[in-house]
Formats: sequence, C-alpha cells, structure tokens
Amino acid sequence: MAKKIKITINELAVEVEQGTSILDAAGQTGVIIPTLCYHKDLCVAGNCRVCVVEIVGQKRLSAACATPCEEGMDILTNSFKVRNSRKHIIELLLSEHNADCTRCYKNGNCELQKLASDYKIMTQDFIRLVPLKNYTIDQFSPSIIKDDSKCIRCQRCVRTCEELQGVNALTVAYKGDRMKIATFFEKPMNDVICTNCGQCINHCPTGALVEKNYIEEVWDAIADKGLHVVVQTAPAVRVGLGEELGFEYGARVTGKMVAALKRLGFDAVLDTDFSADLTIMEEGTELLTRLKGALVSHDPEVKLPMATSCSPGWIKYIEHMYPEYLNHLSTCKSPQQMFGALAKTYYAKTRNLDPAKIVSVSIMPCTAKKFESSRPEMHDSGYRDVDYVLTTRELAIMIKQAGIDFMKLDDLPFDQLMGESTGAGVIFGATGGVMEAALRTVYEIVTGREVPFEHLNITPVRGMDGVKEATIRIESPLEEWAFLDGVDLKCAVAHGLINAKKVMDSILSGKSIYHFIEFMACPGGCLGGGGQPIPTSPEIRRKRAEAIYAEDEGMKLRKSHLNPEVIRIYADFLDKPMSEKSHHLLHTKYAPRERF
Amino acid sequence: MASIYQLKRVDFIFKDEKDWKMILKNNINRPAQELINELISSELKGRGGAGFPTGLKWKLTAEIDDLTKYVICNADEGEPGTFKDREILSKVPFKVLTSMAVCGHVIGSKEGYIYLRGEYFFLQPELNKAIAEFEQYCKEIDFDFKIRIFMGSGAYICGEETALFESMEGKRGEPRNKPPFPSTFGYMGKPTVINNVETLAHTYTIFEYGAKRFYDLGVQYSRGSKLFSVSGDTPKPGIYELELGMSLADFVEEFGDGDTKAVQVGGASGFLVPRKRFGETTIGFQGKLTGISLPTGGSMMLFNSSRSMYNVLDNYLEFFREESCGQCTPCRVGCQQLLNGIKAVKRGEKNALYLDKLLRLTETMQYTAKCGLGQSVANSFSSIVENFREEMIY
Repeated sequence: MAKKIKITINELAVEVEQGTSILDAAGQTGVIIPTLCYHKDLCVAGNCRVCVVEIVGQKRLSAACATPCEEGMDILTNSFKVRNSRKHIIELLLSEHNADCTRCYKNGNCELQKLASDYKIMTQDFIRLVPLKNYTIDQFSPSIIKDDSKCIRCQRCVRTCEELQGVNALTVAYKGDRMKIATFFEKPMNDVICTNCGQCINHCPTGALVEKNYIEEVWDAIADKGLHVVVQTAPAVRVGLGEELGFEYGARVTGKMVAALKRLGFDAVLDTDFSADLTIMEEGTELLTRLKGALVSHDPEVKLPMATSCSPGWIKYIEHMYPEYLNHLSTCKSPQQMFGALAKTYYAKTRNLDPAKIVSVSIMPCTAKKFESSRPEMHDSGYRDVDYVLTTRELAIMIKQAGIDFMKLDDLPFDQLMGESTGAGVIFGATGGVMEAALRTVYEIVTGREVPFEHLNITPVRGMDGVKEATIRIESPLEEWAFLDGVDLKCAVAHGLINAKKVMDSILSGKSIYHFIEFMACPGGCLGGGGQPIPTSPEIRRKRAEAIYAEDEGMKLRKSHLNPEVIRIYADFLDKPMSEKSHHLLHTKYAPRERF
Repeated sequence: MASIYQLKRVDFIFKDEKDWKMILKNNINRPAQELINELISSELKGRGGAGFPTGLKWKLTAEIDDLTKYVICNADEGEPGTFKDREILSKVPFKVLTSMAVCGHVIGSKEGYIYLRGEYFFLQPELNKAIAEFEQYCKEIDFDFKIRIFMGSGAYICGEETALFESMEGKRGEPRNKPPFPSTFGYMGKPTVINNVETLAHTYTIFEYGAKRFYDLGVQYSRGSKLFSVSGDTPKPGIYELELGMSLADFVEEFGDGDTKAVQVGGASGFLVPRKRFGETTIGFQGKLTGISLPTGGSMMLFNSSRSMYNVLDNYLEFFREESCGQCTPCRVGCQQLLNGIKAVKRGEKNALYLDKLLRLTETMQYTAKCGLGQSVANSFSSIVENFREEMIY
C-alpha cells in the first residue's frame, strides 16, 4: 500500500495516498474542482487550466489534475486568486468559442456551457475572437460533424483517438492562435483514416464534435403514411438510453424503449438481437468451416485466426491499417446489416409488403454504423439495406421531442418476426459478448453438450481488460467434428482499437496462436460506443456491462441456435447457415484503404 | 540611488579554448562530488534566463539511480534580441563540448545532445567537425561520451526545456506538466541535465580557473559574469561580457545613444525599464535586498525617444500570439486578447480602462499558464503599459 501523506484542503486536514493528484484528493474530501480537459479515460493534459488551485506559499497556481499532493501541502480551491483566475479562463475560452448555444446540438450537455452557467459569466468584456478566424465545419463524414468554431483545444479528442483507439485521425496542427485540431493535411473526415467510431464525440466537452443526425429524416418517414417504417434496436441501446431520460447509469429500459418507439410511430419495433443470434449461426458455422479447412485439408487459403466483423469501426480500421489481413475477417455482415438485408427481403415477403416502401431505421450505440449503412456494397436487398441509423442519443432526443414521459411508460415486448432474441444476442453489447455467444453455440454444435461454464457464463471473456484470452478444450466431439477432438480452441477478445492493434501486431509477429478473435472498436464494446449517452467513463461502462449480463441472465433462452425465429428463418427462407442465400444476403466483402 | 558597482568588462567566455584537452582530462578524473561542490560554491546560475543553480541541477540528476541519463545543451536561442549562444558555438565550441562531457562524468551519462535552433543550421558543419575532433580525443583518453546535434525547426517554445524534450522525441513541441522535472524525468523519460550554451561555457571557466575566480565577480545572489546581447538604439551593438550586478544607469551610460527612453531587459519575455528607473535597477537575479533586480538571458534592447512603445508592445504581442504553442488557455487566448485589446484601445473601440482589464488578465496568465512563455508575457505587457500608458491610448 502506498504511503499516506497529510495535506490540507480548504483548511480541512486530510490524509491521502502519496502520488494522489490534488484533483483526486479534493474529490475524496467532497470538494469539487471544475475541469475541462481532464477525462477519466485519458492521460492528464493539464492544458485548459480551469482546475487551477492555490498552494499556499506559491505565487503561481497549479493545475489540480496535473499536480501530485506533497506532504504538508496547504491547498485552497476557492481563494480570491483562484476564483478570479478561473473566471478569467472561462471568459477566455468563451471568447474563442462560438457560443451560439441555442443553435448548438450539444445545448444542455456541454461542459463549457455548464461552467459558464455555474460561474455566471454574464458579460462579454473580452473581444470575440470567433469572427476574426476562418472557422470551417467539416460535414463530409456520414457519421461525424467537426465544427472548429466550438473547439476549446482541450485535446480530449486527440488523446482519445491516440490513446484509446491508436488511430490518430485527429491531431494538433499549427501553433499559437492558429492552433487547431486537424486531420491529415486538413482533409475532410471522410477522406482520412477516421474509423467513424465516434469516441471523439463521446469525449468532446463541447459541440465541436457531434454525430451527423438523421432525426428529421426519420420523422419525415414516420409521417409518410405510404411508408412502412421498421426499427431495429441494438443490444447496448437498452442499457444506455435510460441515462438520457432520467435513469441511473446502466439502467435496463428494454420494455420502455420498445414502448417509446411504438409511441413515436414506427410501424414495427424489432430487435437487432435477433440478427445477432443469426450472426452467431453464420459466424459459428464459418469458424467451424475454417477450422476444418485449416486443420483437416490444410488449405493455405483458409486463414486463421478468424476475426469477428460486427464492429464497423474495427472493419474500417483493419481496412486502413492491416489491409493484407482482410481475409482473416469473417465474411459475415454485422447484425445491423444482416437485419437490413432481411427487412427488405424476408420480412417484406412474409409480411407481404413492397420493399420499396419499407424504410429501415436502426438505433445504434454507434456512429460508425452510420458509415456502414452507407457503404455501397450494403444494397443486397436490391435497396439500401438500412436507410437511417440513429444513435442512442438521437433516439432520446426524439423521445423528448415527442413529449413522452419515458419513466412512466409500461414495458412492452418487441413485435414478432425478427423481434425474438436470446441472451446470446443481448451480450453482443458488451466486450466479449460475441465470443461468449459464439462459444455457447459452437461448443454445443461440436460436442452436443453445453459449454462447461456455470450458468453458461464464460467469465474469462468478460470484464474490462483490454485483451482477454480463453482456451476451451474440445473433448469427445460428435462424429462429424472428430477432427477437433482434443483441440484447445484458443480465443481472444480485444476492445478499443488500441488493444485491437496489440492483438494484430502479435499476429503480424507470428506469435499469435489464436483460432478466433473478437474485435470491438470501442472501449467496453458497444455499450461504450460512440453513439451512447455522454458522459462515459470506466465506471459508467462497468454499470452498463452489469446491466447487459443481468439482461442475459433474465432471458428464457440464452443460446442463439435456440432462437425460434432463427430456426424458422432457416426453415422458411435461408435454408441453412452459409447457404447460397445466406451468402448473398448476410455476407460481404472488404476493401483495402489507404493509410492516412 | 547611486550605483554600487561600476560596469566591469570581463573576458572569460571568448578567451581561447586551447587547453580544453587538459581541462577535460583533469576534470573527468576528479570525483563527481568534488565537481558538484565546486559548481555549488561558485553560485553559478543558469544563463538561459531562469537562473536555476547549475551545481544543484547536476547534483539532483547525479543522485538519481539510472543507467541511462542525458546531457543536453540548449542552443535553441530564440528570445528576441539574444544572439550570444551563436557566438559561443562558433568561437569556442570546445568549451561547451568539454563541459557537457564533464557533466556526463558527474551525473553518469554517456550521451549528450546539442539542440540547435533551426535558424542556426549554418553552424552545423563546423560544429560537427568540432564534435568529431572532440570524440576522437575522448576515444584516445578512453572516455566514453558521445555528442549529437539535434536540429530544431524554428519554434520559439522549443527552447522551453520540456517542450525541447518533446521535440527531440519526435513529438509536437509542447511544454509538459511539472513536476516531474528533468532531473528525474527528462529526455525519453530519463534523468537529464539541460543547460544553456552559456551556462556550459561558464562551467568551463570554473573548471579552468576555479570557483573562487568566478564567485569574486558580481554581487550577492548574482555571481560571475554574463554575456549581453546589446541591440536597438545604441552606437555599439554587439556581445559583451559584463559582471552581473551592474546598474542599468551605468549600462545606458556606456551603451546608450544619449537619448535612451527605455531598455527592454530580457527580450520580449522580459521587462521594460523606463528612464526614471535606470538608477534603481540592477541587472542580476532576484533576491537583492534593495531596488529592482532584473534577470535576463542576455538580451538588452535600447529604445530612444523616436520609438513608439505601442509599436514595441504590439510587436512583442504579435510574436507571442504566434509563438505560443497553443495548448493552454491563458497563453493561447490571453495573447490574442492582449494584442487585439491594445489595438482596440488604440483605435478607440475600447476605452482606456480596458487596459486595466488587460493588466488583470496578464496577472491570471502569470498565475495559471502552463509554462514560462505564458507566465512571462505579463512582464513586458505590464511594464510597458504601466510606464507608457499614454502612448498606448493616443
């Protein structure tokens, strides 16, 4: 245990562990110090200077986030000097910020706005710098809007892109008054290595980075009586949405969400969890086929490890960074795109609807899904498979606009036909979930027995470690799978692209011994996605993960292959996993991209 | 107030360096502690402008237990009005190299770097020749120390030591949070001594003549001599080695053109002293008991009555607005506000009281900026605005 030291904060004597920052020490004693550039997910930058405090005896103030406590320190967080300086700094930030709050997408959830309100900055003494600068708004990306006029240069996005994602699409350019956050050669965001993961949005304190929203388009579609608007909801949305609407972090609001979507006027409220189960059938089969190809036929064309393909941020990342490894990717589309392709084929046919009149909307914890749905190859139904992708945040906005008192809603179930799911589909929302769901099914297909884990909970692949590993020995398999007898199926799970990079580099170095790897672009998996409610933090993500697994535990069916609608779709429409029809509708190709 | 010390010219720095081999050989055979004690007793303080005791800096770094340490010579001489380091490196490079090697011996480092200002690329060929000769000799006497030049790219902020490390590590030149300080966490996160070119040249003097000869020069708290880069309205611009502790009145007597209105001591980040304060101002590190004592990296700019102090300040602020790294709020936005602010007052868009608002802003910048750049903008701003307020307005 670290050594304890004695300090004084606002004349209150406290003991803290050596090395504790002043900010944390203050937090432990119930003193709140305002911050902007500080974020629990990121390294300390100490550049906004909002958190300055006075250390008695020192002329200069110190940034509380970046200064460790020392024995005997006498700290004042609200002295005359601190207050004046802090107010000055907020005024300076506002003078450089396009404080057009009522027209800002982040109005009401902006850390700078909150500070301005807390400190009652009512005057505009300093010269407004915004009109003196040539600010641009980058709206080229299908997912992310970058408005430099609202940027306060805290560099949270830059640190996010570097530390959490290892992408470095956003970096700092220029210096002095021209210093800005920029892409490579200031190219538009759709033209650089950006994976559209949206983590920069989740970590931006202001409205400088927001999702491109399609709220009005969806309202228009709902209003058009000639259209049949179906909506699918991703697993992680149900454990995040509540946070925007008055619930605590990680509240499970599945039934209320369904009820709200029905009230919004969607013609059918369906579940991406259904297509998640379907993904397991396709991907699990693909894995077994690859294992057979590699272990029995020794076919050099068959690549192992096989990598999951559910996360569009991860897909774009590997296309940019490891284009020579694209044949390691499962050819399965993501659950969203499988759903989209089926909505305008299977669903339309079964429901006797004209697919041209179907508008397919998805609610996703993700901004990369907006990009994914716009990929040119995602038209296998003959139409654009998914028309609009809304984030969890956008759905919350629609619910507020519609005047729905979310907390008072009674729970409702999903509509039938592509609305049924299992616990395996639900856990897609957490890191390790796809792996766990796949193992529950694959192990059972191969051995005829359930996975040897208590309550089917494959705990080694759960949790928030960046890279997780699990080995499952296959013993006495069914006859068809005899070649797997005694094989240790080696799996890995990576979430956050910086961890994906670690695993990929281990594959590159030839050290990787895995058969199957789950990759998720966002920290914590989809529940920490770039479209989820802001703020995010390790603690918040942990709560959402607990909710996901609680949801799984509460389900009657917890294995994808037992989903009755999945069984039915194979019987009625797709024939069998990896069938020709499946290949056409549920599988896809990838394309290498340039590395900048 | 009468000046206590007369202006005294000194000639150590540019005196020949022909004995460098002997000095190197002798000193790397002395115990590290003895060398540290000698430096401490000389009371040499850093000549880059900040004035940290050099002996203490070496001592702190020597005390850290690490197999890899670095010695870095800060030759990113960028302060407006300073041009002394360039002369040292072209005239007496072996003094600097020798001191770096002795420092390496003291702290336990085998690698030295000279961070050379981007604009000084023309010094590189000669300096590399000197380094080659130096390393050859090190080999002869079986002393393991290598020196490399790292070229800067022209950013003023990279003269700030931690921004310099970042720059050397291939990153954007932005100052780090302190603590940790370079003595524990410097270049590549390793214990590092970083000294200004002139500081290293002075340590050579101390190794050559002993601490006492150095200590006997100057005044209390400001021992030794210092190079001054004299520019502006002076009949004899140039570089002069003078004893510390001189009165500014004596300095102006010697270097002024008879019509000196003010002297900017310490470059754009230093202070402007108006004529009425020449007598009570001495040049040296803070700590003197009476009067005003101004430290400087060596830049002395003289202005005569033909100069508009508004233009001078405008020029400094434009410099800072552009050379701020831009990461911290008080410096990045503060510099823009100060520059736009004095322009607005001059144009009559803001009334004269706005200058007081800006003065309070410079206080905040001084208290809260992340590094010395933002903290020191207040120096020139407040000393010019307070002494020449009417020139700001009319």
